[in-house]
Amino acid sequence: MAARAHIVGALMFLIAAAAAPALPDWIVSLATIAFANALVVLGLIVMWRAGLVSFGQALYYCIGAYTVALVARRTGFTDAIGLIVLGGVAAGLVAALVGFLLARYREIFFAMLSLALSMILYGVLVKSESLGSTDGFSVSPPTFLGYAPHGEALGRSLYWLTLGVGAVAAMFVGGYFRSLAGSLATAIRDNEIRVEFLGVSVTGIVHLKVIVSGVLGGLGGALAALAIGHVDPNMAYWTTSGSFVFVTILAGAGSVAAAFVGSLCFEALRSLAADVMPDLWQMTLGTALLLTILFLPEGLGSVVTRLRRRGGAKPGTLT
Amino acid sequence: MSAILAVENLEKSFGSVVAARDINVSIPAEQTIGVIGANGAGKTTFINMITGHLTPTKGTIRFEDRDITGMPTREITRLGISRSFQVAQVFPTMTVLDNMCIAAAIARRRGGLFGAIATPLRSPDALAEAEATLELFQIGLYRHTPANTLPQGIRKLLDIGMAVVGWPRLLLLDEPTSGISIEEKFSLMSVVMTALKSRKITVLFVEHDMEIVGRFAERVLAFYDGTVIADGSPAETLEQPRVQELITGVKLKAPGGAHA
Amino acid sequence: MDARNEAGHDGGDNGDASLQQRCAFVLTALAITTDGLVYAAYLFIVAIGLTLIFGVMKILNVAHGSFYAFGAYGAATAVGLYVEGDINAALGFLFMIAFAMAIGVVMGVILERGLLKLVYGRDEVVVVLVTYAVFLILEDVIRLIWGAQSYPAFQPMVSAGNVEIGDLVLSNYDLVLVAIAAIVAALAWWALKFTRYGKVLTTVIFDRETAAAFGINVTVVYTVTFIIGAALGALGGAVMAPKISVTLGIGVEVIVLAFAVVAIGGMGSIEGALVGALIVGLCRAAAVHLAPQIELFVIYGVMALVLVARPYGLFVRAQPRKI
Repeated sequence: MAARAHIVGALMFLIAAAAAPALPDWIVSLATIAFANALVVLGLIVMWRAGLVSFGQALYYCIGAYTVALVARRTGFTDAIGLIVLGGVAAGLVAALVGFLLARYREIFFAMLSLALSMILYGVLVKSESLGSTDGFSVSPPTFLGYAPHGEALGRSLYWLTLGVGAVAAMFVGGYFRSLAGSLATAIRDNEIRVEFLGVSVTGIVHLKVIVSGVLGGLGGALAALAIGHVDPNMAYWTTSGSFVFVTILAGAGSVAAAFVGSLCFEALRSLAADVMPDLWQMTLGTALLLTILFLPEGLGSVVTRLRRRGGAKPGTLT
Repeated sequence: MSAILAVENLEKSFGSVVAARDINVSIPAEQTIGVIGANGAGKTTFINMITGHLTPTKGTIRFEDRDITGMPTREITRLGISRSFQVAQVFPTMTVLDNMCIAAAIARRRGGLFGAIATPLRSPDALAEAEATLELFQIGLYRHTPANTLPQGIRKLLDIGMAVVGWPRLLLLDEPTSGISIEEKFSLMSVVMTALKSRKITVLFVEHDMEIVGRFAERVLAFYDGTVIADGSPAETLEQPRVQELITGVKLKAPGGAHA
Repeated sequence: MDARNEAGHDGGDNGDASLQQRCAFVLTALAITTDGLVYAAYLFIVAIGLTLIFGVMKILNVAHGSFYAFGAYGAATAVGLYVEGDINAALGFLFMIAFAMAIGVVMGVILERGLLKLVYGRDEVVVVLVTYAVFLILEDVIRLIWGAQSYPAFQPMVSAGNVEIGDLVLSNYDLVLVAIAAIVAALAWWALKFTRYGKVLTTVIFDRETAAAFGINVTVVYTVTFIIGAALGALGGAVMAPKISVTLGIGVEVIVLAFAVVAIGGMGSIEGALVGALIVGLCRAAAVHLAPQIELFVIYGVMALVLVARPYGLFVRAQPRKI
């Protein structure tokens, strides 16, 4: 089962990578941003399975993005891989810190505290003149181990980098879901007290999940910063967190693939709506969300799972 | 033979309310003890102190010669003391097998939190232990059933099984037959006790059904008003007038000599 | 709100300089207090509806921001209407408020009966997400109805005039705002403590199931509560309309501020909303006057600090887990 998912996933990533030269620039660019966001959504899914809905992933997204932008601007270091690693690490460190706090909360209070933390960052950024306040500032074009592409080549390089990071993240998170720590998510959601009585520190596991989701969020933000070429405080605003939550609802939190497919669909939809009905994007999104919650509570991904199950997979499996 | 569990001068008060006092009990390994007493008599407080859920205000608890007084529940579980619950605490959306696998994998893990990432849930060892325990409690048939659709008796067996899959040496059963219909009580306890005996586990079980206690306990601890008022074999304790007066009740003789 | 701050002269009289420093200090303190109270009044009116709905229905209603926005837009429309008719300012103001609150009531009914009752009983977080979806939809509904331009509604504020206390200039409208907030607080307190319906509400807040077991029609209570909450949200928007530029996106900002107030005070607690509003209002005013860079940070910083010490807010105790 897991092996088959691995093969299908690897194939998809290879196809996506190979398709790049044949696709027009704007699609490559859209896909890059979509997959960068998918990393953040992946982080959300890691916590969602434990019953924890974070309304503040924008915190890590923004930290990743600003880290990249600041390091590139202040030190002239422009290597893309190095930068995104720094973004991920910075976000991870913040997650490790706030995790001490967040891990003690559940449900609405978890959501509210995570919201508060991301809004604190927003408040700081908006008022800091040195960081460009509401305008933000631009990100210098990255290099790739010495190679300094421009134009189309830059777009493609970023795309491949994002795909690469996405593939690695997908593998790691997939393995994590099959591990004890990942399975404990469902157990914690179902009956936290029993988990505690079985000998596991629930706070510790939740803290771990916060860190994992923080690193993923930071990586996503770092890649997004490079792809968009600009950072601004809006990346920490609660509506940004909200959009990540949307993708998770629409796609469902059932699998790693859901994050990527969902983000891609979301970006495509957003692009389409901007062309066709720019004034009704929020209404479209809200309606889609409402319908999903009312009729497909486990997201569109659950349709796939149901079809798969009818095709003969063992019922009641954890993933 | 030294006691597996030695409790000395144990006391627990909540402000001015003394929930338990003067508890002195020494339990040899592999013994099966029934704990009886009315609600509020201190039985649950006693159990909670042993499992680390409550910290005693006075006294000590020694498990296998190690002082565990006031230790957190997680550590006590890892040392080999486990408990089951009056209302079965399982993971409702997961299958019976997965419930057991989680318990087995937790019991077998090494390396703390990061070890938990490296350990797969369904490692061959954990799976084997889980299956073995399911068979032991005769619920293997239900392995793919989600736990929230289980009949009550099976749920209880799962709950106890999850506490046992990690091979604890001391098991505390909190009212194992509560919520079970009268017809099923005995068979459930039979399955449970046979399973526990086969793994040589020392058992303390809280019960309100005196017939169950009489049938399955080797020794009885009777609680009243926060302290132990009787400690001995079922025959001895259940016949004691004080125990009968305060806990079990007295059989009335109807006119004509027949029992009521 | 201006505090004229005169710099002391160098050299000169030491006594004079320190007196002027003290005056400046007092002026600043006064300015912070008055600013803080006005801001707190606004926050309280917005937050009380949110916390009431949560307390009774256990729903964190993100669409409360929509009630606020609709209230503001409604007020702007009302002002537009009566300004042309040349009506007495006070009457016009009342009309503005009534109009806005009526919109709130209608919205409340439609939302609660039409949508929310479909999701009662679902997980708390799921319901929040439903209200978020509704909020998004309503944002664009506003755009459809009123377009993207901003609406001025400043007439009530201007016609109220100013009052001067020494060097401090206060707008009478702000005083009216504070008065309205005080009236709402007093009414809420009286209603909950002394009316039969208030007691019914308190019971449902405490435990819905027990209340139902006593024969209280919880469904009706839910609907009425939601309508009251919606009306209060709209009131918040209405009273603020003359002070701000009524434009797209005001709901987005306000809702997250209301969350902060409610989280600080305790979700479901009206005293909490009052205290939370005061804390946030005063802290923000202090920041604005003393350290403007931390103005936004301070609100959420306080929220985070309170949540660290008291996860359920200042006035709510942790609930034991029910089996």
